[in-house]
Amino acid sequence: MAETTTKTPVYALTREERRFVGLHLVFAFAALTIGSLFGPLQALEHAGLDLYPTLEKFGIQSYYQGLTLHGVLNALVWTTFFITGFLTVAIIRGFQRRLAYPGLNQFGFWTMVVGLLMAAVPLLLNKATVLFTFYPPMQASTWFYLGLTLVVVGSWIEGWGFYATYWQWRKDNPKTRTPFIAFASLITMVMWQIATLGVAAEILGLLLPWSMGLTDGIDPQLSRTFFWFTGHPLVYFWLLPAYVSWYGMLPKQVDGKLFSDSLARLAFWLFLLLSVPLGFHHQFVDPGVPAGWKYVHAILTFSVFFPSLLTFFTVIASLEYGARQRGGKGRFGWIRALPWSNPSVTAQLLAGILFVFGGIGGLANAAYNVNLVLHNTAWVPGHFHLTVASAVTLSFIGISFWLVPHLTHKPLWQPKVALAGVWTYFVGMLIFSNAMHTVGLLGAPRRTTLGLAPYVPAEWSGYLWRVGFGGSLMWIGIMATIVVVAVTAFRKKELPEGEFVDVPVAESIEDPQRTPVWLDSWKPWLVGTAVLVLLAYGPQLIDQIFGMSATSPRIAP
Amino acid sequence: MSATTEHIHIDPTEKRWMIASVILLLIFFAAVTVAGFMLGIQVPTRERRVDPNTVAEQPPWSEPGVREIVPGEEYEVYVLAHRFSFTPNEIEVPVGAKVTFYVTSTDVQHGFKLQDTNINFMAIPGQVSKLSTTFDEPGVYPYVCTEYCGLGHAVMAGAVTVTEAP
Repeated sequence: MAETTTKTPVYALTREERRFVGLHLVFAFAALTIGSLFGPLQALEHAGLDLYPTLEKFGIQSYYQGLTLHGVLNALVWTTFFITGFLTVAIIRGFQRRLAYPGLNQFGFWTMVVGLLMAAVPLLLNKATVLFTFYPPMQASTWFYLGLTLVVVGSWIEGWGFYATYWQWRKDNPKTRTPFIAFASLITMVMWQIATLGVAAEILGLLLPWSMGLTDGIDPQLSRTFFWFTGHPLVYFWLLPAYVSWYGMLPKQVDGKLFSDSLARLAFWLFLLLSVPLGFHHQFVDPGVPAGWKYVHAILTFSVFFPSLLTFFTVIASLEYGARQRGGKGRFGWIRALPWSNPSVTAQLLAGILFVFGGIGGLANAAYNVNLVLHNTAWVPGHFHLTVASAVTLSFIGISFWLVPHLTHKPLWQPKVALAGVWTYFVGMLIFSNAMHTVGLLGAPRRTTLGLAPYVPAEWSGYLWRVGFGGSLMWIGIMATIVVVAVTAFRKKELPEGEFVDVPVAESIEDPQRTPVWLDSWKPWLVGTAVLVLLAYGPQLIDQIFGMSATSPRIAP
Repeated sequence: MSATTEHIHIDPTEKRWMIASVILLLIFFAAVTVAGFMLGIQVPTRERRVDPNTVAEQPPWSEPGVREIVPGEEYEVYVLAHRFSFTPNEIEVPVGAKVTFYVTSTDVQHGFKLQDTNINFMAIPGQVSKLSTTFDEPGVYPYVCTEYCGLGHAVMAGAVTVTEAP
């Protein structure tokens, strides 16, 4: 069984809306397909098999060009295009109304597409081989920075379209609690727009004028501080849409209900409040940031684990509620009663399991001096493959397994292949990430062609071999899921006349109308967020901006 | 109670979970704090700024390498990071001495990780990174560049040889 169909959808998207969201997915999956191609090549290089020389005739000139494409396409493009498309569905279905200004959202989307194409050209021409963190003074083509800017601005514009839709709905429904999936989507977008102020300042204020030759030098430390203002909340921009599904949709797919409406909303508000003011935990070993401020951000980073732990409880309780409705019994026996034959559910359950390990590893990253052991080692990509490449990507794949049938009115092609794909990816990820974490603890640096490194001791080789093996399995798994999605989208066979795949929207056990109004009011939370960001970042931003010494010239990669 | 009375329903199990979560995070945080401020395992802090374009011509980096402050007890090591090597790439210090590393970059961003120690920091042009360690065992400790700095990044490495006390 793949997806449940209904004859009476609660609220159907129009043909134009479905086409518009579908276009987001076309770009998202194209990016994922190309970006993932480089994954096994990196993993196999670590295992001693460098296939990059064979790619030279296709214009890929180095491991690092491949790594840049892998990071930009998978972590930035796949995520941003999928998220804006998916949240459009959540907004329309949540509010059960049309977008307020569809033209505005379309303008935002095409801005993203123009930005993507603008950045893709230098990336493919090896003129922007600066990895997805683009640290100066290593300089990329101006078009790369401009393109990234347009992708971000386009996503903002789509967000403004969501806000306008909310205001229209609010005017018509002054007393109603905001429907949960729309509420959570709005918070995701607002958090994103606050978070991206950092990278906007970095690109517009420092990188663009410098790369165009308007300024001669740049301050690499200040640039890092701006970058990481955005860099960590970026992770929450990826994660929160998966949470929209885990809290607001997945329970419905397992015949359950959202366990606690109030606490789900509280978790989202805490993510808005705490996602941004903690970026220095990516700069624990930077020389230009005082240790005291690093410690303050370490405290704040620990506090953002609280809403994550809250999520862990609520999501599992919601799943258990559903499993027991389905006849599940026993303390853990209910797990077997979940609909594991549904690839959409299984993908998201496996995403959640991997994220438990990702969360635990994240605690180590965030733990101030513990970071000395693992900073910039293979541990770090081992960690974020459990977050963005598992919790996020596997959830988005799972969502696509109902979303594409929803958008196209076509049944999912080969659910068994879909299931095999997500399980293969899961097993590959366990092997890969475990080996990456371990070899990182032994001292292996990240972002390095270890096959060429003179310092690799024999004891790393077993782990590096497992990196290659696990990474290859992951590629096979993800390709299987992409094929399922693509064939579903373009196949001829349609759902039977009059049947639809509805957006799964979970009810909550308690009536959302009883949720206190302070959990549905923007003002206190926005003010709190602004105050916290100013307190956590203000003094250091003032200090680093006014103490800027722009001494680094442009240096080619 | 009417159906529209506002309230937060918190399941007793969930309440216990929330309390346990807070306690767990407090314990972890206390451990980090004790390690940092009582046992002295610290992250780098702001040291000083230099001009990356001229730093290699001015003391102390005009003569990078080891400085003996107190023989057998205290040493300072000045290291320049540049594409694609460290200067110096061989360092020798005695076992048991406190060794303080000062590292900066003359070009792009690099990393400096001294294997099997707590010394691991960025080498950023314009900034000086500083951390100290004491080697308890004689042996060879490689240091490697941990930030992508260009095509030759993987070969950027050196080694500290820790000798038996004289």
